[in-house]
Amino acid sequence: MPVLLEARDLVKHYPKVKAVDGVSFDVAQGICFGLLGPNGAGKSTTIEMLEGLSKPTGGQVMFRGAPLGADYRDHIGIQFQTTALQDFLTVRENLTFFGALYPARRSMDEIIERCNLGDFLDRDTRKLSGGQRQRALLGIALINDPELLFLDEPTTGLDPQARRNFWELIGDIKRAGKTLLLTTHYMEEAYALCDEIGIMDHGHLIARGTPKALLAQHFDEKVLELPSSLLAGREWSFPVHHSEAGAEIRTRSVNSVLSELLGAGVDLTQLHQRPPSLDDLFLELTGKDERS
Amino acid sequence: MGFSFQRFRAATIARSIEFLRDRSALAWNLMFPVLMVVGFAAIFSGPGQPVFKVAVVASAEPTTEMHPFFGTPHVQFYREPELEAAKRKVARHRVDLLLDFSGDKPRYWTNPESPKGELVEKLLLGSGGVAPEKQQATGKPIRYVDWAVPGILGVNLMFSCLWGVGYVIVRYRKSGHLKRLNATPLRALEFVSAQIVSRLALVMTTTTMMFVGCNLFMHFPMEGSYIDLFILTLIGSLSLTSMGLLVAARVGSEEISGGLLNVISSPMMILSGAFFSLDGSPRWVQGLAEIFPLTHMLAAARSIMLDGTRLIDLGYPLLILVGTTVVCMSFGSLLFKWTQD
Repeated sequence: MPVLLEARDLVKHYPKVKAVDGVSFDVAQGICFGLLGPNGAGKSTTIEMLEGLSKPTGGQVMFRGAPLGADYRDHIGIQFQTTALQDFLTVRENLTFFGALYPARRSMDEIIERCNLGDFLDRDTRKLSGGQRQRALLGIALINDPELLFLDEPTTGLDPQARRNFWELIGDIKRAGKTLLLTTHYMEEAYALCDEIGIMDHGHLIARGTPKALLAQHFDEKVLELPSSLLAGREWSFPVHHSEAGAEIRTRSVNSVLSELLGAGVDLTQLHQRPPSLDDLFLELTGKDERS
Repeated sequence: MGFSFQRFRAATIARSIEFLRDRSALAWNLMFPVLMVVGFAAIFSGPGQPVFKVAVVASAEPTTEMHPFFGTPHVQFYREPELEAAKRKVARHRVDLLLDFSGDKPRYWTNPESPKGELVEKLLLGSGGVAPEKQQATGKPIRYVDWAVPGILGVNLMFSCLWGVGYVIVRYRKSGHLKRLNATPLRALEFVSAQIVSRLALVMTTTTMMFVGCNLFMHFPMEGSYIDLFILTLIGSLSLTSMGLLVAARVGSEEISGGLLNVISSPMMILSGAFFSLDGSPRWVQGLAEIFPLTHMLAAARSIMLDGTRLIDLGYPLLILVGTTVVCMSFGSLLFKWTQD
């Protein structure tokens, strides 16, 4: 697939901070690319440069192989994490207003149907629920039928049901052939939606690839989970990681661990085995818990 | 990418709908001048203020040796260089009484429509000394409210222009709405123009409604052209809106913008001659008042309404208003920032 968006050695310096320091990657047309990183990693700054809202101190952003031009904003859609719409306007009026700002736009009916806006189309945007608001913002981001859609933590603050519904919408957009660039704090979301991810830390891109490839590259272990209370206060021959969720054992030799646990009389009825997740990968690479 | 009338139109409509649906803001814009007009009419139709202002045309500073009336407490005496200009001030309620000591025999003028003039005349005649000769005021005398109404409407217009643009843009910036708009093809000039045009349309509509409404009950004199007055008000509103834009160009906090707008609007309200004439006040105060566009707009509006001056003859105030607009609009557009950072 051809490359749609390319970051070439992007650098962004602020007076006292080097927020982004030589980040390069490309996003192929039609994929969903997830940019992940702990707070302060530089991902928001990187995204703003890719959106054309912030000028890089160094490096370049290329769209369809050329530097960003005056008409770049005609081809992209952005859903910001926090944004306000024009007060006192309904969802329909906001769609009409934003639609009028573009030379070409999708039909209102199509946007309403795709984003399920019909139930609250004539409601003042100040009176929408979190999920409705995000769907309205997505509708606005899609109003110009963009080739590239930026989604900045689009499900933060939504309840699990609303988040799942939103994933379905994003899945539809992907299937329609759009290219998406997503930032999220939810590893589960990145795993479900992204074809490719990049992980940033301290202004650098420290890993990039498909979620499965990255997991395979960094983990050849299994993860065993048990309640912390069963393992606490004893010496073990394998490392145990305790967290609020319980105790985790990462091992290539599941059988020997199980033997040691059985030998110590540990009740294994609550034992779970799972493959490593993006959360584990994130922790492994950045040393930080994304949700903290 | 040039200026797009489609984008400008969309932004203008969106802002106008927002204002019209914001009932509290709309009500305040309509109610404020009504309350002011009623309040001032009530205050100045009554017994008047305890302090009187008397203009004196004389070759020397007025002293009690010249006339015992000059020793009267609670009366402000100041010298006027020109008799004819001073007579107009009597007719316009800018001074309560005029005394002419430049000739052989002292003379005085009052406005028969002024309750303060009537009282201060009694003080003069009861003060002893040579009784000055009463003169007929020339021209049609006006009531205080006739003089004050342009000021009241002007102050309302000033607040609406400054805050309606200055405060609202900062609120948009703080809430992230400007950042969202910046992600579209909308250009800064289109956005700024839309805010100004929307505000001008609303301000001109509400001010015209207020003017017509007040005129139905109070019957203001109108010696000049309504079209001239409308054009002058439009240019004046544009200059005040541009000042609001300059304040809002970069500020990211509503508290700071509110403070800055107060710093501009408070002295303008007091010193522009909206409610009280600055005649007789220190020179530096009168000089300070000259820097405010509202001062020139009100002086020109009163000149059209009360003296019948044509707009074409109001070159100086128009120059000030247009100059303020060009300077503030240019710097406001150049300095404009979409985001808080």
